[in-house]
Amino acid sequence: MIITDWAWLYIILLAVFVGYEVISHVPVILHTPLMSGSNFIHGIVLVGAILALGYATNDVERVIGFVGVVMATLNVVGGYVVTERMLAMFKKKEGGK
Amino acid sequence: MIDITQPIYVLTIAAFVFGLIRMGNPATARSGILWAGIAMAFSIGATFFVPGISNLILIFPAILIGAVIGYVAARKVAIVDMPQMVAIYNGMGAGAASTIAAIELIKVGNSSFNIIVALVGAIIGNVSIAGSTIAFLKLQGWMRQKPITFFLQQVLNIVVMAVGILFGVLFLVHSSAIVSYRSSLIPFFALTIAYGFLMALPIGGADMPVLISLYNAMTGIAVGLEGFAISNYAMVVAGILVGAAGTILTVAMASAMNRSVGAILAGGFGKPQEENRAISGNLKPISSEDVAIMLAYSSTVAIVPGFGMASAQAQFKVRDLTDMLISKGIKVFFAIHPVAGRMPGHMNVLLAEAGVPYDLLMDREEANRAFQDVDVSLVIGANDVVNPAARIQGTPLYGMPILDVDKSKNVIVLKRGSGKGFAGIENDLFYMEKTKMLYGDAQESISKLIQELKKL
Repeated sequence: MIITDWAWLYIILLAVFVGYEVISHVPVILHTPLMSGSNFIHGIVLVGAILALGYATNDVERVIGFVGVVMATLNVVGGYVVTERMLAMFKKKEGGK
Repeated sequence: MIDITQPIYVLTIAAFVFGLIRMGNPATARSGILWAGIAMAFSIGATFFVPGISNLILIFPAILIGAVIGYVAARKVAIVDMPQMVAIYNGMGAGAASTIAAIELIKVGNSSFNIIVALVGAIIGNVSIAGSTIAFLKLQGWMRQKPITFFLQQVLNIVVMAVGILFGVLFLVHSSAIVSYRSSLIPFFALTIAYGFLMALPIGGADMPVLISLYNAMTGIAVGLEGFAISNYAMVVAGILVGAAGTILTVAMASAMNRSVGAILAGGFGKPQEENRAISGNLKPISSEDVAIMLAYSSTVAIVPGFGMASAQAQFKVRDLTDMLISKGIKVFFAIHPVAGRMPGHMNVLLAEAGVPYDLLMDREEANRAFQDVDVSLVIGANDVVNPAARIQGTPLYGMPILDVDKSKNVIVLKRGSGKGFAGIENDLFYMEKTKMLYGDAQESISKLIQELKKL
């Protein structure tokens, strides 16, 4: 399935609106955890890093790709753990008021 | 063979959006990150089923190294150090986007359109990884937090970026005017990374949370663009989603701190602002002994924490003091300003860490209704968020919502010295007749208060 160039613009436009809608009604106290959560979500770059290393054909590409996969994994794993720890602070809030 | 990766990517995006929505509400926030995490695990797993993937012998160790370091570092770090961890992990994501760009650009035979997208993504990714690194170093205290400024700084920054982009253009048009067109990539990467370092230098430590949020949005966009370059739809949509959400979040964080993103990027925060108001009265110091007596004979005490509590790590002592006052039958509540401290929600996180019961925390509106019945307000290292100057037109703080601490009967301000607040302006509250100053490190001052209270 190949998406044409114009279809990309529709997709991007909708993604922008979804991103805007999701964030715009959030209470201030959740700004920091949410920043951390969205930091985790762009960890999807690991998918691209795996593909880049997976298709690498020479040593230069392999070295760069290896570094990329390490960095992307740090983003995914570190981003998840940090967000989880931050949000764990809010568990007392459930039923709080 | 049916390609199972695409349906999984589609579901992943749905789960990301759902997860973000849930993260936007305190009651469901924890399940939000779980949703996003499960989706992420599936889409990473699915990627191994993409036809033609090789180099598995390199991919698995790389993932293992990243996972172990990422997990251990994120587990060990103290809660107060979370902002810089977000910064560094964000920088890693940006760096990964740039490596994808580098590999794509090295390959011969890409269309001009792909090359442009990869180059633009690389510029954004490079600025983000370099800037995030500076943010990390500043917040971690491994680098001077104060804005670093020098002569012709802005000019140098623009020149560095412009030359960096020039090499990108030379690569694009296959021009070997300066170096062979393929070698242009080296100065292109070096200079755009250098720009990222330079851009973050003049920004003070206090503005870092907003800057980190901006870099987070930039990384999202870089990931989206590199997704475009390698035709990976999951990366495009997730990246753009984070880019949009992150941009809104950046603006919201800046405005909650009464700052604009433009002013923050221009840097040089901490320059004393022009102020010609005359303040009557003087600062009246008080001993911890006297404060203890005042507290012991109060019926309602409000605690107003700020950055001073965070920097002195005084939240545990504050909790001890709270327990003690409550055991004496005194009504205690915490008045939490949404942007007290250096990041939104900073105080909530610290007090939760110290185990202060959530029902003692009042938000701004609730606290402002209660202040008139408060006998003593204990302001622990908060300054601008309690400055009545915010009600006076023409002051730099004008319009910022504040806590009406000046409505309580007595005010005790715990403060390290007599300096001005974050915004660099005098605080009228400190000069009021009912206000007394208890100077010293917040943690030590509160320890002394507890000692004195025990004697009573």
